[in-house]
Amino acid sequence: MTGLNFADVMQLAIIGLAQGSLYSLIAIGLVLIYKATEQINFAQSEFMMLGAFFGFQFIVLWGMPFWLGFLLAIAVLGGIGYTYDALVIRRMTGQPVFVVFILTLATGIVLRALAGMFWGFDSFSLPSMMPGTIDLTGVIIGWDHVIAILAAALLSLALFLFFRFSRVGIAMQALSLNQLAAFYMGMPVKRLTSSIWALAAMFGALAGLLLGPIALVSTQIGFIGFKAFAGAIVGGFGSIPGAVLGCLLIGFAEPFFDTAFPTLKGVGAYVIMFAVLLVRPQGLLSQMHQKKV
Amino acid sequence: MFNTPIWGPAMTDLLKLENVETFYGRVMAIRGVSLSVLEGKIVSIMGSNGAGKTTILKTISGALDPFKGSIKLDGNEISSQDPDVVARMGVAHVPEGREVFSLLSVRDNLMLGAYCRRDRGAVQQDFEKVLGWFPDLRSFIDKQAAYLSGGQQQMLALGRAFMQKPRLMLLDEPSLGLSPRLIGEIFDIIKHINREEGVTMLLVEQNAAVALETCDFGYVMETGRIVMEGDRDRLLASENIQEFYLGVKDEGVREERRWKGKKTWR
Repeated sequence: MTGLNFADVMQLAIIGLAQGSLYSLIAIGLVLIYKATEQINFAQSEFMMLGAFFGFQFIVLWGMPFWLGFLLAIAVLGGIGYTYDALVIRRMTGQPVFVVFILTLATGIVLRALAGMFWGFDSFSLPSMMPGTIDLTGVIIGWDHVIAILAAALLSLALFLFFRFSRVGIAMQALSLNQLAAFYMGMPVKRLTSSIWALAAMFGALAGLLLGPIALVSTQIGFIGFKAFAGAIVGGFGSIPGAVLGCLLIGFAEPFFDTAFPTLKGVGAYVIMFAVLLVRPQGLLSQMHQKKV
Repeated sequence: MFNTPIWGPAMTDLLKLENVETFYGRVMAIRGVSLSVLEGKIVSIMGSNGAGKTTILKTISGALDPFKGSIKLDGNEISSQDPDVVARMGVAHVPEGREVFSLLSVRDNLMLGAYCRRDRGAVQQDFEKVLGWFPDLRSFIDKQAAYLSGGQQQMLALGRAFMQKPRLMLLDEPSLGLSPRLIGEIFDIIKHINREEGVTMLLVEQNAAVALETCDFGYVMETGRIVMEGDRDRLLASENIQEFYLGVKDEGVREERRWKGKKTWR
């Protein structure tokens, strides 16, 4: 990596961490659903895309105040996530997991097409929560990147506290550990499961809304979601701290990888995933040792 | 003991099954079972492996839907309801193999039993009661349930079910894999919960000696049917029961035929 001075390295590191933070928000959604139902939601990145598009609709097209549009977009995605589970996924209980894989994959494709129908296939930019840059002794960073990192950190902490201390959070852990026993306790398992889908979709929407100002939003934005998959797998699929760690690692390493191998731009995440899995096939924090949510 | 008359005025069926048939996959595991559980009693279902005992309990609690027949709790039809609905109606199912929430603490496990209750003060009292019955649980209170021994997990499962404040407990093989001393301890608590707390019990057991020692009334199941029923004294006196729980090993095809001759179901 010749030609990089300290400021460049710092710049890349922070951009990478911001990117990794956004991956981790998407990955948290994936892992939440996987732990609760052992299903994998391939439409998670489309939830993120929809979050960005709804934000665009509310804030830019309808001219709502920023925070109102921002929160409303997240709420709408929560509703979509809940309804999707309640109407579609819940019926698949008892069917092979494979069916849900394909179903969610197809849902993602349909959602992309629908988004294109409503909002077009062009790229656009979302307004920033806090425009401008911050100058850290020569290292110039956009506030958007800082906010992405802070938001992911705060939400991970909030999620941890929610699962550790709240009644509903503990019940969600219980149902992901033993669904039948949760039923026997009288817990409203179906509603709780749909709520987990809502939570996952909301995390995806937040990632989309935070990504909007950094990158351009288009129907193709969902491909970022695959990097979140890579991050979650690196961390040991099924562990939320692992997924966050894996995503941060991948996000952090990616800009350096791209600088070092410009011809291989964009595949860094997968190369890292391969490398980690060769050494630790179970991922960094595997479920065996740490199945804490 | 079963001293009060069965059909006395105060006696009501808390649970009543009529001609229940349940498929387990493609196999008809329950072939027309009728039984009733009187309020306040301990009723046991005995029988060997594969007789359909667990399937009966799962059908009652709603984990399996019956193909035919009716299941009434206190006169209300509960067949084909979701298990969480049945649980909220006052049925606590203690499943075979304990099924505790392994990575949650003992405290969380117990409090999850009371997830649907709103009477906080009473929940706290019940929590203390459970820890009083099972001092082992108190010393592991903030440890993950996975660290408990099999017997302690059975205590936790029983305590967790009691925290639901049920009217009826469905106990699936509480003696499974436990030492005789532990079995004694656990069944003492089961009897205590029945007598002192007024919880009706439907107990499924392979260990007929223990089941007969505990129950007021019993049923014997074979391949999905009830082949014998009676109060405790009658069952204890029965020659077939003597054989049944003394030597399950001798039970062959011939034996099974004789059982079928004895069946009292219609």
